[in-house]
Amino acid sequence: MRGLVFRREWITGWLLLLPALVFLFAFTHIPAVTTILNSFFSTPRGRRQAKFIGLDNYERMIGDPVFWKVLWNNLWFALGTIPVSVALAIVMALWVNEKLLGRSFVRMAYFTPTVLPLIAVANIWLFFYTPGFGLFDQITGFLFGWPATNYLGDPDTALNAIIVVTVWKEAGFFMIFYLAALQSIPVNLKEAAQIEGAGRWTIFRRITFPLLMPTTLFVCVNAVINSFRLVDHIFILTDGGPDNASALLLFYIYEVAFRFWETAYGATLTVALLILLSLLAISQFFFFDRKVHYK
Amino acid sequence: MLKSFLLKAVAATALSFSTWASAQAVDLQFYFPVAVGGKAAETIQGLTDEYAAQNPDVTIDAVYAGSYQDTVAKAITASRGGNPPQLSVILSVDMFTLIDEDLIVPFDDYLTTDEDKKWVDGFYPAFMENSQTGGKTYGIPFQRSTPVLYWNKEAFEAAGLDPEVAPATWDEMVEFGKKLTKKDASGNVTQWGVRIPSSGFPYWLFQGLAIENGAILANAEGNKTNFDDPKVVEALQFLVDLSTEYEIMAPGIVEWGATPKAFFEGQTAMMWTSTGNLTNVRDNAPFKFGVAMLPEKVQRGAPTGGGNFYLFKGASDEQNKAAVKFVQWITAPEQSAKWTIATGYVAPRPETWETETMKAYAADFAPALVARDQLEFAKAELSTYQNQRVTGIFNDALAAVITGKKDAATALKEAQAEADKILAEYR
Amino acid sequence: MSGLATNLDRFLNVFAAWALALIWVLPLAYAVWTAFHPAAYEARFELFAPLTLENFVKAWDAAPFARYFLNTFILVTMILAGQFILCTLAAYAFARFAFPGRNILFALVLLQLLVMPDILMVENYQTMRLLHLVDTIPAIALPYVASGFGIFLLRQTFMTVPKELDEAARIEGASFLTVLWKVYIPLAKPTYLAYGLVSVSHHWNNFLWPLIVTNSVETRPVTVGLSVFSAIDSGVEWSVINAATLMTSGPLLLAFLLFQRQFVQSFMRAGIK
Repeated sequence: MRGLVFRREWITGWLLLLPALVFLFAFTHIPAVTTILNSFFSTPRGRRQAKFIGLDNYERMIGDPVFWKVLWNNLWFALGTIPVSVALAIVMALWVNEKLLGRSFVRMAYFTPTVLPLIAVANIWLFFYTPGFGLFDQITGFLFGWPATNYLGDPDTALNAIIVVTVWKEAGFFMIFYLAALQSIPVNLKEAAQIEGAGRWTIFRRITFPLLMPTTLFVCVNAVINSFRLVDHIFILTDGGPDNASALLLFYIYEVAFRFWETAYGATLTVALLILLSLLAISQFFFFDRKVHYK
Repeated sequence: MLKSFLLKAVAATALSFSTWASAQAVDLQFYFPVAVGGKAAETIQGLTDEYAAQNPDVTIDAVYAGSYQDTVAKAITASRGGNPPQLSVILSVDMFTLIDEDLIVPFDDYLTTDEDKKWVDGFYPAFMENSQTGGKTYGIPFQRSTPVLYWNKEAFEAAGLDPEVAPATWDEMVEFGKKLTKKDASGNVTQWGVRIPSSGFPYWLFQGLAIENGAILANAEGNKTNFDDPKVVEALQFLVDLSTEYEIMAPGIVEWGATPKAFFEGQTAMMWTSTGNLTNVRDNAPFKFGVAMLPEKVQRGAPTGGGNFYLFKGASDEQNKAAVKFVQWITAPEQSAKWTIATGYVAPRPETWETETMKAYAADFAPALVARDQLEFAKAELSTYQNQRVTGIFNDALAAVITGKKDAATALKEAQAEADKILAEYR
Repeated sequence: MSGLATNLDRFLNVFAAWALALIWVLPLAYAVWTAFHPAAYEARFELFAPLTLENFVKAWDAAPFARYFLNTFILVTMILAGQFILCTLAAYAFARFAFPGRNILFALVLLQLLVMPDILMVENYQTMRLLHLVDTIPAIALPYVASGFGIFLLRQTFMTVPKELDEAARIEGASFLTVLWKVYIPLAKPTYLAYGLVSVSHHWNNFLWPLIVTNSVETRPVTVGLSVFSAIDSGVEWSVINAATLMTSGPLLLAFLLFQRQFVQSFMRAGIK
């Protein structure tokens, strides 16, 4: 009888899972596996069928200077966006959590980037960055008499310009998570510390920040994934240029697969992205595992 | 007796079948992109409706497919999925890609009469360069453009130049540019002499310089490029010198999309851009402006641009015939004139310019004629097999040189080597 | 700490918070500026520039935004409905049922947090072609309906539901689905609201995958419509593009302004922290 109950529970559990798993397998796990398989074949073109070519695609990737360039760009992009947007998110949340003059406006302002589509605001940023009559040049020219700066047209600044837009887009979104976390920190903890004469910075470092650790883990995971996923604005701002200076891995995959129509090489690049993400996930897990204090 | 009766019956049935077949409406699906603002989509829709009204035996489903990029992607996808359109307007430079993907058929099989052949010869030769290969015609020019030079007459006057005269040579462009470049008290440039945008697809406007210097970037078979030709290197060096040596153009990559605005704002006194901008400039420039052919070095020159009609594989004979008839109709003078006036594209047949409508338009707006006159000197836009990849390599090389990361000779040599690697299998 | 220092400290905080807020709202402010002024004022900021609504008319005429809007609306609804149903069922299974393979399957679900469908666009595109779904709205939605994030979030919430409630309902003879409907889902409302808002704002703004898989007006969401609309040969017309941007993100902006407080509170209660 007991065995039967267990069986029934099994079947119920499986049945409940089934619909979600079908979709997960169809659009995540199976494609991931076929991506790996396809990376060993050539791209079918016209009358020529795909044929097994072993590691040729990988050899090409190793020898592809553009691949290495976008990979470095992507790492720099991750380094530039993740810490800054997370730090800004915490600061924003702390501000908005306090009694602040015009708090609703400030909160709304921080959150607007989340609501505006990146593809649309990219056009606005394009204007901000435009040399000469662009907003930034008008401001720096007026205040400091600086000459026109070609932020997007110079390989040394193009990626940084993209990073700024990304930080702007992400920080407000992450702020919401921190805000929710802050509001659930018991007020008496802070009050007790204040009575003992602790300053704001000490309270933040000793009490608030450690208690925010689980949120930080969650936000960081999201930020890492986003740093490999957010490429919408690149299409408008630079189209990856100049000379791939602002192209990221996913953008390059799009270009190879849907502009050059080289699907097999696109699959190979995707495998590289998957490996990279797994490595990051594993290291992140180990890094945070020691520091997060779960209740 | 019986035999002849049978024969007659068979003949009658065959006849009635064939009339029945021709009475059946032929269905055509037709993709078109839109790359300029204004009334492009509306005009095409209007023209197809007009055609359908005149020809009740044909139904045409005109599908607005987005940008050029979207349209070619949609056509390739639909064809691979076994559902190709019968007709599509796609960039003329995608011809080799479409042949390589085995998606299109040449027009020749449906252009058999002498009259048809004369019709093909009636297009500007410059436009046909991107439309024919291996002795066959794969594309029929439709929404074609070419770059021209726009200049701000008021700025010319302020700089002491004759406002009615545009630079005719590279040297003149530099000379005028130096007079037109203005600096403020702290030495910052407030107005540049000239602006040749180089973002996104720098190869197109650069090709103007290359042709003027006597270079051809790719052969007609689409399987060999000449990126490292010394004349190309020289042209690229000149483009870089405009910023570095002569200091008449903003340094770095110059954004395409912001170029008309920079012109309107007085940030630049001259700009190179597509004839597709004519309507925009006419509507928005707050000063008098002129339009001229691109200046010459050893010769006048410019690339062509824009889209052609292609016939897709997988259609029935009937459909292809109907498609060709439709293409002949829509490129005929009256229709073509309407299209040109609505969009600013260059009418692809000389006879169109002879219509009363076009004459009236040109009399009212003379700059429209500049593009036509330049066609005499225009050459095919850069196009090869695996076109996006090869031009991508070339674009990267141009960007590297423009931003000072590589010198012209090295970058172009490397680009040529890479293009050779890709194109070797097509020779 | 002296009162003066505290006041200075407070002042600096307010000042910095406002400065950052003004920077953050700048793109929106610029969008509003250009959308309501003639094109000539795109780069000139004069207080008494003439106001106009013409840009909205132009944008509305230039592209079928009403249709794009409807497409996005259908898309977002479809995804949200799918996500709620599939994720609820799966989360319930993970939270309250013991069955073999549970841990492995949960790990596989979590894998999707990492391997987002956007990354697998090449393969997913092939799948859509096999299913003859290219250029349909379901094709945009399907890869997202089973969300690892959603399952994880709901499982965490369901696990906080006291077992006694569950058991009490069962003793009264309720089936497991009734228990889910009557006990778990009502208690998880804040989670649904928070997750729903994140999901809606994400898919309302999603661009790359819809760009690839749609080709026509009947299927294109607003983001792709906006990009098609702005990618023209004749230069960027900020006034018209920004009018279009405001029209298309207006509803979401308005929804956020109205539900700000509830949104943050539901995040808090959902335990997303």
